[in-house]
Amino acid sequence: METHVSHRERLWLYIWVGLVIFYLIAPTLVVIPVSFTSTTSLLFPPPAWSTRWYEAFFGQEKWLAATWVSLRVALGTMIITTVAGIAASYALHVSGFRLSSAIRGMLISPLAVPSILIAVGIFFVYAMIGGLLNTITGMILAHSVVAMPFVILTMAAGFESYDMTQEMVARSLGANRFKAFMTVTLPQMKFSAATSMLLAFLVSFDELIISLMISSGPVATLPRVTFATLRDDVDPTLAAVSTLMLIVTCFPPVILHIVTNRARRKAGRDAG
Amino acid sequence: MSEATLQASFSTVSQVELERNRVALDKDKRSEARAMFRLTLPAVAIIGLLMVVPIGWLLSMSFVNLDGQIGVDNYRLFFNEPVYRDMFISTFQIAFVVTAICILLGYPVAYLLAILPPPWSGLLMLAVLMPFWTSGLVRTFSWLIILQRNGLVNSALIGMGLVERPIPLVHNMTGTIIGMVHIMVPFLILPLYASMKAIDGNLMRAAANLGSTPAHAFRRVYLPLSMPGLIAGTIMIFVMCLGFYITPALLGGGKVKMIAQRIEESLSLYPTWGPASALAVLLLIVTAICLSISLYLVRRLSAGRE
Amino acid sequence: MTSNPNTALPVQVQSLSKYFGDVGAVVDVSFDIRAGEFLTLLGPSGSGKTTLLMMIAGFSRPSDGSIRIAGQEIVHLPPHKRNIGMVFQNYALFPHMTVGENIAYPLQLRKFGKAEIEDRVRKVLDLVQLGVYASRHVSQLSGGQRQRIALARAIVFEPRILLMDEPLSALDKQLRETMQIEIRRIHDRLGMTTISVTHDQREALTMSDRIAVFHNGRLAQIATPSGLYEKPENRFIAEFIGESSFIPLNLTDAGLAYGDQLIKLPQEVSYQTVNPMLMLRPERLRLARPDDANRAANVFAGQVHSVIFQGESLLFEVMLDGGHKVLVRLANCSENNRTLPRAGERIALHLERDDARVVRAEA
Repeated sequence: METHVSHRERLWLYIWVGLVIFYLIAPTLVVIPVSFTSTTSLLFPPPAWSTRWYEAFFGQEKWLAATWVSLRVALGTMIITTVAGIAASYALHVSGFRLSSAIRGMLISPLAVPSILIAVGIFFVYAMIGGLLNTITGMILAHSVVAMPFVILTMAAGFESYDMTQEMVARSLGANRFKAFMTVTLPQMKFSAATSMLLAFLVSFDELIISLMISSGPVATLPRVTFATLRDDVDPTLAAVSTLMLIVTCFPPVILHIVTNRARRKAGRDAG
Repeated sequence: MSEATLQASFSTVSQVELERNRVALDKDKRSEARAMFRLTLPAVAIIGLLMVVPIGWLLSMSFVNLDGQIGVDNYRLFFNEPVYRDMFISTFQIAFVVTAICILLGYPVAYLLAILPPPWSGLLMLAVLMPFWTSGLVRTFSWLIILQRNGLVNSALIGMGLVERPIPLVHNMTGTIIGMVHIMVPFLILPLYASMKAIDGNLMRAAANLGSTPAHAFRRVYLPLSMPGLIAGTIMIFVMCLGFYITPALLGGGKVKMIAQRIEESLSLYPTWGPASALAVLLLIVTAICLSISLYLVRRLSAGRE
Repeated sequence: MTSNPNTALPVQVQSLSKYFGDVGAVVDVSFDIRAGEFLTLLGPSGSGKTTLLMMIAGFSRPSDGSIRIAGQEIVHLPPHKRNIGMVFQNYALFPHMTVGENIAYPLQLRKFGKAEIEDRVRKVLDLVQLGVYASRHVSQLSGGQRQRIALARAIVFEPRILLMDEPLSALDKQLRETMQIEIRRIHDRLGMTTISVTHDQREALTMSDRIAVFHNGRLAQIATPSGLYEKPENRFIAEFIGESSFIPLNLTDAGLAYGDQLIKLPQEVSYQTVNPMLMLRPERLRLARPDDANRAANVFAGQVHSVIFQGESLLFEVMLDGGHKVLVRLANCSENNRTLPRAGERIALHLERDDARVVRAEA
């Protein structure tokens, strides 16, 4: 939107926004240089460089075990949430059965509920029925609760911009609903599906509060171990962990963004 | 039918057969609706069994006293123990302060985002979205590094000669607030941006045409129109602040206790889950009230636009 | 592809209705379609023609009624079991597949062998004259090409019935006229029963064996193109097909009259007593001098209001002395141009007895 207000008049706005953005992004980057410090303090900038803290990370059982747990749980959450979420989104989009708006609201509601409440609730349930507390399966199901809204919202947006006559055509040519969905609709919703999977994975990987309540010891996730270490025993290994976590969580979205843009530009060129 | 219609010699369908069709069609419609419903069941089961049911359970558990009887002892704790009073006060204090600062920081960003042309708007959006891809834990930890006694801020202040000794910026309320603002600002920017984007650009031009200065037009035209998004975003981050755990736990240094921390502590502090449940229910009620207010205000403000 | 009209199937629609709440999109429609016929469903938007097509295809569930193909009830069959070919308005070609893969899709679903599939795809591409396009991607095709591929995909599995939903509406005028002839040619060659939906009356007149006109969810009339043109049942149909002017008639003892003037009608027309109107096709009126007499024709006195040049013809707006406006169309040729009346001149309109048509006023 063009306005009649000149850039000079808005200079203060640009400066203010620039400062805010700097405030939002820069501090997080501090962990990267600190992770390469040679001292045991969290001095920034580091007096000398070394990779000892990464060696510490890869050398210690507690970190490796925690990472492995987080990866497994995140993977499991990704699979379950995406499958259940895509099925539910499809059903909600395609049919207007009476309960659909209530169900949609319910599936998105974890976003509005403070995570401490969800965590305590799940803790109570797991403590009572037993067999799920402190297990990978239990955590996968728990993380699915908070990851589900992201999948539902992403897929809903994807379905909005998808042309359903494609599926109708496939059905007129002889495919039943499931086959039409798998061969025609889903391939065209690749990006929404990929984004959903990514979001579910990241939400689970980063998740702390629920993991705090329902996992400990051998089944502790990376965030949980990080949190405990932050409380008891602060040293730059945490910076190394943080940097690694940054890479894991920032890399995939950037790649997805590049791939999506390249595909979109290619489609634009072909159609032109 | 007149003579212009050509009839072929087919047998006509009887009423009985038509009725049979009606029944078959109805059955078909219901079975399709059922099949679609079944597709939503896995997701519904997960959310229902692991969130909806437990919260209902929380509600009932909060009314069970320490001795096993039904009562409101758990709720009475809030009035009797001074710890709770302090916790409520500090929780709301922090939530208010954080929300206010977020508005101050976030509103201009959302505004710029809404009026910038591409590709600048895309770049700015990327910058705003980046924090979402980083874990809250990592961000909180990085504030620990920056705000600590010999951290970046203190070294800079001492170096510039503004202070003689390092100020305690972390392990207190200040650090908690700084950390929480950092996490909450993007959550305010997005809904605000969405509602600003919907404002017709011509309105500001019309105001200028009628003789209004940019500042005046902003106050009388833009600001009111951005209210629905502002209110939605404000209440959303206010609610998030109330229930927040990570930052106060790590940057509060034990001096800052918000509801979420208290709930977690109550689990191990008391022999039953009653007190924790009562606190949880309280948080839930406050959340629900805030969301309802938000919905009501947004609806009323948007309706006035029509 | 075989050209065997004997394998085409007849379709019977009876008492078909579709209600959305209280609104009747299709109301009690019954008609028959002969095997191998090209039937067009014609009507303005909202007339129910597309809803009807969707019910035949299986994408819309009727509220009531029956649809039979060769005597077999299909109304409760899901779309993928009906074996009906369909071309959608926006073609809906699969963008993630090549042209060849698009066309092969229905054959793969029916578990044809690889060699057979290649053979059929090639043959059908030749039929629509896009033989070398098999490996192209959908995004590389023009609008007209996409339309032909959509058609190819719909007929490659030799369905007995072909449905088309406004297949030509997205094409420009030139292409549309070419494709009208193309589609008709393919229809004649393959001999399948075809049902096409359109709001363009010229398209309907060009391509169809019969046309079914729809209005407000009901079937107004079903007839051959010339049948509809010559003998429309009511004013709506008369106005929808071709252009006309209408003047009200009243029933007198001697017959139908315009004011005091008795109208000469061909013998076989029965007197319609409910709001009769005289339908005047612009190309069937002749302009003559006010004093020219003609015993056989109906003569109406009036004054030329305006003359509009329309390229191949001239359109005259004439105000009759009775107070009604009538359109007259003359071919733009030297013979006519020599005796052109001008605006403001008084003239007489001649309508031959055999060209006089009476229609009901209300739809």
